[in-house]
Amino acid sequence: MSKQPDMIISRHDTDRGTPRMYVSGFVASIVLTLTAYLLVVNHALSRRILIGAVVALALTQFLVQVVFFLHLGRETKPRWKLAVFLFMTMVVLILVFGSLWIMTNLNYRMTPAQINTYMNNQAGF
Amino acid sequence: MSETAVASQRLDRTIAHAEADSKNIFGFWVYIMTDCVLFAGLFATYAVLHNNTFGGPPGSQLFSLPNVLAETLALLTSSFTCGLAILSAHRKHKNKVLFWFAVTFVLGLVFLGLELTEFRHLDQTGNSWRRSGFLSSFFTLVGTHGLHITVGLSWMAIMMLRVWRAGLTRANVRKLTMLSLFWHFLDIIWIFIFTIVYLLGAIGI
Amino acid sequence: MMLFAGLLGKLSWSAFPTDAVTRGGALTVVFAAVGTLVLITYLRRWKWLWREWLTTLDPKRIGVMYILVALLMLVRGGVDALMLRAQQAISVGNNHGFLSSNHFQQIFSAHGTIMIFFVGMGLMFGLINLVLPLQIGARDVAFPFLNSLAFWLFVAGMLLVNLSLVVGSFSAAGWLAYPPLSELQYSPGVGVDYWIWALQIAGIGSLLSGINFVTTIVKLRAPGMSLMKMPLFVWSVLCTMSLVIFAFPILTVTLALLFLDRSVGTHFFTSGGGSNVMMYVNLIWAWGHPEVYILVLPAFGVYSEIVATFARKKLFGYTSMVWALWAIVLLSFTVWLHHFFTMGAGADVNAFFGIMTAVIAIPTGVKIFNWLATMYRGRILFASPMYWFMGFVVTFTIGGVAGVLMSVPAIDYQVHNSLFLVAHFHMMIVGGVVFGYFAGITYWFPKIFGFRLNERLGKYAFWCWFLGFLLAFIPLYILGLMGATRRLDHYSASLGWQPLFIVAGVGVAVIAAGVGFQVLQFIVSIVQRKDNLDTTGDPWNGRTLEWSTTSPAPFYNFAVIPDISERDAFWAMKHSKAAKPQKVEYADIYVPKNSPMGLIIASFAFLFGFALIWHIGWLAVVGLLGIIVSVIVRTSDEDSEYKLTAAKLEKIEAEAAARREKYA
Repeated sequence: MSKQPDMIISRHDTDRGTPRMYVSGFVASIVLTLTAYLLVVNHALSRRILIGAVVALALTQFLVQVVFFLHLGRETKPRWKLAVFLFMTMVVLILVFGSLWIMTNLNYRMTPAQINTYMNNQAGF
Repeated sequence: MSETAVASQRLDRTIAHAEADSKNIFGFWVYIMTDCVLFAGLFATYAVLHNNTFGGPPGSQLFSLPNVLAETLALLTSSFTCGLAILSAHRKHKNKVLFWFAVTFVLGLVFLGLELTEFRHLDQTGNSWRRSGFLSSFFTLVGTHGLHITVGLSWMAIMMLRVWRAGLTRANVRKLTMLSLFWHFLDIIWIFIFTIVYLLGAIGI
Repeated sequence: MMLFAGLLGKLSWSAFPTDAVTRGGALTVVFAAVGTLVLITYLRRWKWLWREWLTTLDPKRIGVMYILVALLMLVRGGVDALMLRAQQAISVGNNHGFLSSNHFQQIFSAHGTIMIFFVGMGLMFGLINLVLPLQIGARDVAFPFLNSLAFWLFVAGMLLVNLSLVVGSFSAAGWLAYPPLSELQYSPGVGVDYWIWALQIAGIGSLLSGINFVTTIVKLRAPGMSLMKMPLFVWSVLCTMSLVIFAFPILTVTLALLFLDRSVGTHFFTSGGGSNVMMYVNLIWAWGHPEVYILVLPAFGVYSEIVATFARKKLFGYTSMVWALWAIVLLSFTVWLHHFFTMGAGADVNAFFGIMTAVIAIPTGVKIFNWLATMYRGRILFASPMYWFMGFVVTFTIGGVAGVLMSVPAIDYQVHNSLFLVAHFHMMIVGGVVFGYFAGITYWFPKIFGFRLNERLGKYAFWCWFLGFLLAFIPLYILGLMGATRRLDHYSASLGWQPLFIVAGVGVAVIAAGVGFQVLQFIVSIVQRKDNLDTTGDPWNGRTLEWSTTSPAPFYNFAVIPDISERDAFWAMKHSKAAKPQKVEYADIYVPKNSPMGLIIASFAFLFGFALIWHIGWLAVVGLLGIIVSVIVRTSDEDSEYKLTAAKLEKIEAEAAARREKYA
């Protein structure tokens, strides 16, 4: 058994793009950007749905660019870049949403008038 | 010492180079991940402070969406042209590499120019980053991105000079790859700034 | 807000200390620094120092330097502790001790900052540099230059902290500098700025090392060393560096925001202007909690190596140990609010974080049981590293149980920021981290220097540390429950606290004796080194790859990268029935050349930090430009390695084998 061929393949950086990937990524991103922009500028949807749509479009574009520009899916095993990326995503979500939760929850102990408003708005968490 | 190990010891310089590329690019990838967490900290701060206008106007009254769209399209296009530059690098087309990076550079400058104009306008209308927690966090988040863009452009200029003088050596292609990762990452961060700061700001979150 | 004013900024003669105690501290630092320079000049060792140490890219050398700096800082931080304890033992009723309040606050701020950032992190990075490449069968780390740069940035941060004793003053806002106290309004001096920039610069170094060591483990393991065949220490480093790379950017952001508030007038954490002071506490602990696991996980890795080696038995429950490490890593991002239960969040938030905090004790418990199970039915050799381990089990368990107690928010409300808390975290950090790194230094010392440390003095040092430590901190649990808050420089006699403070003070004196024994141990060991040579490279009958090299290990670690097929690779090699190969085939290897650029970039970083602290505009520009130009120069250097030919390699190896024969 020779280890050599495996070593060569696994140590090569095989995650590269093709012209098609870059073009489709670019076009998709333009579409997603313009859609979000036009929706907001034209107040095309009701507020809550608009927010959801804009966020969804952003997350989609994020995935598009990560896959088509950063070539995240194309790693051969072991997928270390993917692992580090997923770990980062977890930390980012915890940091951003954790901070938001904690900091808004600190309003729990404000003046009585504010507390009533706060608790009415925030039934549960 | 087994035969396989002996054979391993006779690794070609070429294979050692490929391993060096893989190692360096992975290391750079890890760095990019840390930079994402850095921006997450700034986003978290913005999220917490963005309504603290301290009596001043909110984002919806301060941001010019058309300007932002122009910035976004410029940066997005530059990310694409950067990709084209890397494709050319892998095909060893030196002149195409220089061309596409030059286009990327110009688009990056356009982005920066538009952003600096926006900052200056805000500063001059009494909405500097000293005005309120909202503006402090806005300028710091968007400004840090702009600072990264500036570093990227400087790096790009240096790389173009190096490629022009020494050609597409193995080391240069590896460094261009890392630069392209950096540039794509900056456009990805911009997606979130565009959405969370400007679009959601315009909606009135 | 005027950021830069005039040629010397805020610097003036009044920056030098005026009172006796600070003057004493300043003079000590100055004499130590000048004395060192004079000594090197007198011994005519500048060339040697430059070539062998200051410009080296060999991680074993870099590791030694980290540890030397860390131990020096341990003495500095320890003297701070002595002063704090002395003050608290005598400052009762009408007696106000010998330290002013402001002074006292600077001292506890410096004590904490130094111990965590420069002792804890220094010992950790030092040991990792010494051991990691050897344990994975690699010649070096992934990015040798970055390694050097990270070390020198660490030194730059350390120098800033110590410079504050001489020029200006240090922060009086605690080791974490909470606003609004740390904002310009309430800390108008340069102290907090010194704190910010020392940590910012050292923090960048830590981040670079995190990237470096993760890549090293991912990419440079010897062929055949799959993840589940790695030594536990290597796993602990991978886990720790995962924490480093994702936690330190949060610190970078938080320090930057505080500095912006102080320097240009932003309103992140000021009192007013639409700021949110509590966001600082939230962010700093989002970094701070992972930080304490960063400190302790490599120590856990050290214990895993030591217990298995000295119990002469393979580590019990390898797989569960790995899972426990990862559980701790993931959970450590979900508990940070327990550092500010009392800041005012609601019961739901406090409950969530309280539960997660209790949960994170479980994987730690698993590890302790696994170590004990490893010892069970082993043939234990109680060398001094095992003493440190046993001391750890006692102290860490007591401290850990106190921690679980405080994970209940209702209880934490009673003891938050009391001496009960102080006792808890000291037991974690000293009992866990420091004991672990002391054990590691003793254990791996022969590998790096070629001779063993004096065991008897090592054991005396341990007993002084262990018993002194219990004397110094068990009273603090009691004091905390009696209502004593932390950071008190004076208290009323009627409280009846003084006897306990005196006992604690005696404890610190005993610890100081322990440090004395350690210094003596080093001196005696060096003097008697010829009698304690490690001639085989394997003084402890070890299990892992580092023991397969000579002692000291050659600068290239392995002439031929070994092939791995099992866990505890070296143990397998020693006991394998396979015939030893007759002829080793050498190949040319490439070794990094020395480089002064790490030192140079860090020097510019030091100047940059100093300039921002004192608002010296032109110097800040010089520093920043210097960094940029140096980075460009270094990255333009295509000629950073030299070739060590197979012939030369063979010759070095033959000489080492001959030396070994001589002693066999």
